[in-house]
Amino acid sequence: MVARRAASSFLSRRGLLLPRPPADSLLRADSARRSLPGAVYRFSTAPAATADEEPIKPPVEVKYTQLLINGNFVDAASGRTFPTVDPRTGEVIARVAEGDAEDIDRAVAAARRAFDEGPWPRMTAYERCRVLLRFADLMERHNDEIAALESWDGGKPLEQSAGGEVPMAARCMRYYAGWADKIHGMVVPADGPHHVQVLREPIGVAGQIIPWNFPLLMFAWKVGPALACGNAVVLKTAEQTPLSALYVASLLHEAGLPDGVLNVVPGFGPTAGAALCSHMGVDKLAFTGSTGTGKIILELAARSNLKPVTLELGGKSPFIVMDDADVDQAVELAHRALFFNQGQCCCAGSRTFVHESVYDEFVEKSKARAQRRVVGDPFKKGVEQGPQIDGQQFKKILGYVKSGVDSGATLVTGGERVGSRGFYIQPTVFADVEDEMKIAQEEIFGPIQSILKFREVGEVVRRANATQYGLAAGVFTRSLDTANAVARALRVGTVWVNCYDVFDAAIPFGGYKMSGVGREKGAYSLGNYLQTKAVVAPLRDPAWL
Amino acid sequence: MAMAAANGAKGFEVPELDIKFTKLFINGQFVDAASGKTFETRDPRTGEVIAKIAEGDKADIDLAVKAAREAFDNGPWPRMPGCARARIMHRFADLVDQHVEELAALDTVDAGKLFLMGKMMDIPGGANLLRYYAGAADKIHGETLKMARPLHGYTLKEPVGVVGHIVPWNYPTTMFFFKVSPALAAGCTMVVKPAEQTPLSALFYAHLAKEAGIPDGVLNVVPGFGPTAGAAMASHMDVDKISFTGSTEVGRLVMQAAAMSNLKPVSLELGGKSPVIVFDDADVDMAVNLVNMATYMNKGEICVAGTRIYVQEGIYDAFVKKSVELAKKSVVGDPFNPNVHQGPQVDKDQYEKVLKYIDVGKSEGATLLTGGKPCSDKGYYIEPTIFTNVTDDMAIAQEEIFGPVMALMKFKTVEEVIQKANSTRYGLAAGVVTKNIDTMNTVSRSVRSGVVWVNCYFAFDPDAPFGGCKMSGFGKDMGTDALEKYLHTKTVVTPLYNTPWL
Repeated sequence: MVARRAASSFLSRRGLLLPRPPADSLLRADSARRSLPGAVYRFSTAPAATADEEPIKPPVEVKYTQLLINGNFVDAASGRTFPTVDPRTGEVIARVAEGDAEDIDRAVAAARRAFDEGPWPRMTAYERCRVLLRFADLMERHNDEIAALESWDGGKPLEQSAGGEVPMAARCMRYYAGWADKIHGMVVPADGPHHVQVLREPIGVAGQIIPWNFPLLMFAWKVGPALACGNAVVLKTAEQTPLSALYVASLLHEAGLPDGVLNVVPGFGPTAGAALCSHMGVDKLAFTGSTGTGKIILELAARSNLKPVTLELGGKSPFIVMDDADVDQAVELAHRALFFNQGQCCCAGSRTFVHESVYDEFVEKSKARAQRRVVGDPFKKGVEQGPQIDGQQFKKILGYVKSGVDSGATLVTGGERVGSRGFYIQPTVFADVEDEMKIAQEEIFGPIQSILKFREVGEVVRRANATQYGLAAGVFTRSLDTANAVARALRVGTVWVNCYDVFDAAIPFGGYKMSGVGREKGAYSLGNYLQTKAVVAPLRDPAWL
Repeated sequence: MAMAAANGAKGFEVPELDIKFTKLFINGQFVDAASGKTFETRDPRTGEVIAKIAEGDKADIDLAVKAAREAFDNGPWPRMPGCARARIMHRFADLVDQHVEELAALDTVDAGKLFLMGKMMDIPGGANLLRYYAGAADKIHGETLKMARPLHGYTLKEPVGVVGHIVPWNYPTTMFFFKVSPALAAGCTMVVKPAEQTPLSALFYAHLAKEAGIPDGVLNVVPGFGPTAGAAMASHMDVDKISFTGSTEVGRLVMQAAAMSNLKPVSLELGGKSPVIVFDDADVDMAVNLVNMATYMNKGEICVAGTRIYVQEGIYDAFVKKSVELAKKSVVGDPFNPNVHQGPQVDKDQYEKVLKYIDVGKSEGATLLTGGKPCSDKGYYIEPTIFTNVTDDMAIAQEEIFGPVMALMKFKTVEEVIQKANSTRYGLAAGVVTKNIDTMNTVSRSVRSGVVWVNCYFAFDPDAPFGGCKMSGFGKDMGTDALEKYLHTKTVVTPLYNTPWL
């Protein structure tokens, strides 16, 4: 079991995405801190962590713990279950039905029927649109319950789940609802007397594997476009975070989704995940997680039926601060770019490159900001950082801290666990980090900021690109020419200029290089879930060509 | 044809109507006209006055444009993200759905439209259009460009500004949302002038828009007459765009006024004389039904009405016989009666105009096979009418009648019928009935019209652009094309230095 968990976390570990905090979130957090002095832990001033206080009881009941197949919640064929754990304590929240190959078979068969014979691809796009809009309304109505499940299962601050992620998921569904009736093929000019039309058809049964860092948002990013295009879906949730997807999937059925169109199978990567990827009845795969697992998925797709694959993988994204940047703003955004969601973001700005002329000031202010970061029970108001997702990640991250120290980086602040229970880690800042150090090369996926120094633009672009990853980057400068030049020169899927983690539904997201294949969100994601069919017929006596 | 008893008949209910909104809607308030004047809107079932409506004129258009200008230049509407406009538009759509009975009844008493069709089609269709464009509001994309020099170029799709919409009386609800929905999605503000015959539902929609949260000044509704309120809008220096649906004659005046004032861009949906071409290989019964609908839908008061029916000689006689039988079965009467197929023409002018065309047809030598007469001594009811032996040069084959009058013509070959179909100054719509793929492809490319319906008719859809060519106008309503009318493209260019690629 231990070995299996280790391997499975390899298959469905990582995620991405950071919602843009609501415009006033910073203000709200500040005022919360002012009004609740000492109620939450700030690691530099209150080392007796309140993380060891009795955890707050989450204001939600766990209703759904079974597989959702063909519109019904059912036990796994094997009868087995696995525990999903509260990262605040390491204690079991609930036991969840454990999907395996046989369950994937059942789910794919249901999706196949729903697609091949069912009403979903056959109803009008407008009707599909209305179902997705109703679903978004239901998500809003159940905002607080969904957010509580998400925070309980994933350890993320409730304010972030309730104020950011659930509304963003609803927003994503509305966005794709609006696309459903605007999916256009082209009518194509021919070289001779032929009438040529392009039909954009749903691709069929989509297999989707989502990570644990943003379970609900990843659900929306994947399920939204797939359903808007008229497909059926089998979704495998991460074993760490199965709860929110099961809950919202039930709402989607309440909104009118026909049975079998969306099947949700919690389970582990090497078993359920691998079965889905190898399945001959699955027409398309979309995966968000680690680069290592992405490779396995692509290989399984190649070995089975050559299903096309979309991959959103790891990153080691540079956050570049030029000498003309507003340092205070850059410090704050670099801090958020890294520490948001406990550092568990695939696009985390995990290499902070700072121009030498502002380097010392930047490090000092980053240290101060990290020390102000409020770590504690994610259900407590004003908390910015909860526990890491699980013991394995927790240990891995602390290993990277040791590696940073051993390789000669300067540990400016942090570096320890917080409290004695659960998976809390201090906000940690390293300065004097060099490119070849492991902490500058590998994805840590935790609250560890690495600050590097650079002298000029050409140099920082070269160093920023010297990685196997290419997911995202931040550039901080007041110079228009620098912004334009650097934005084009960075080999990454997203460049945020004087901002970071802006994740509107319409903005395409995805990676260059080993950060992935394809794009999600925006109009670009529709193409992941559509086939393109050219229909050609001769024209007799055409009036024009 | 059967004439169902007019108003007050047994067997169906006429809903109690309380006319709530009769004033101009400017800057979020219902107000009297500056002149204090009102005009009467009448019930075409009886010719009686339903309500007195504030009569907008130049001074009121000035106030409405000022409000729209302020709402555009300084207000929140164009400044909120598309998804926020979408949320408000969705609420607006939900409110329209909630008031479907009342709104359908308003269009029925105001325009003589079938109440059941209003409830099933017009009003929900309006809500659907709002939802369609709500879904488009966050999908207005500019492009980054491929420049020939080291330049970074991109386009911004900006809302065009203050839009003037002039809406006709035949589909008061549908036309209102044809115009208003994409303009709202684009972030424009607007002044709507509904037709003087049918101001009631537009004012109700203004009320619902406010309730839904559309900010004051974004949507203004000024009922009034063309030569006064309409002309003031078309020539207003602060209106950035005019969208008009109506007659070709008035379309010309609108464009002229735009040209003589600030050169505002204009889109025009004008008249039509749309051919329906029935080939020998068609299923005759299906074709007869299709043509009947194409001609008589909404009492023939529809710009895309199939009014020139070309039938291939092999099935011509059978087609004529069955068309007459079907027209005679049509039930004309009170549009609130669910068994009625055809209500009254919209007003006395139109009623008299249609009857005049019937006389012209007879005097020009066409054969009147059925209909041709009024069918009630009260209200504006006209029998479904069929002419045969119509030649292409007759007035009833050339001019838009806008009434329940079908002109049947015979043809021999594809080439001939294409030439005949195109021998009109109009180019709005066309119908083709055939089972042959080559015929369908050839005809659909050859007919000069904005839409071709093959083995169907009136196949309107929110995603399908609609609008004419030739003197039927230009610019499209519906579909993503309609958004373009309310956007203008701004190109932004800046030099690039040290770029790794171009």
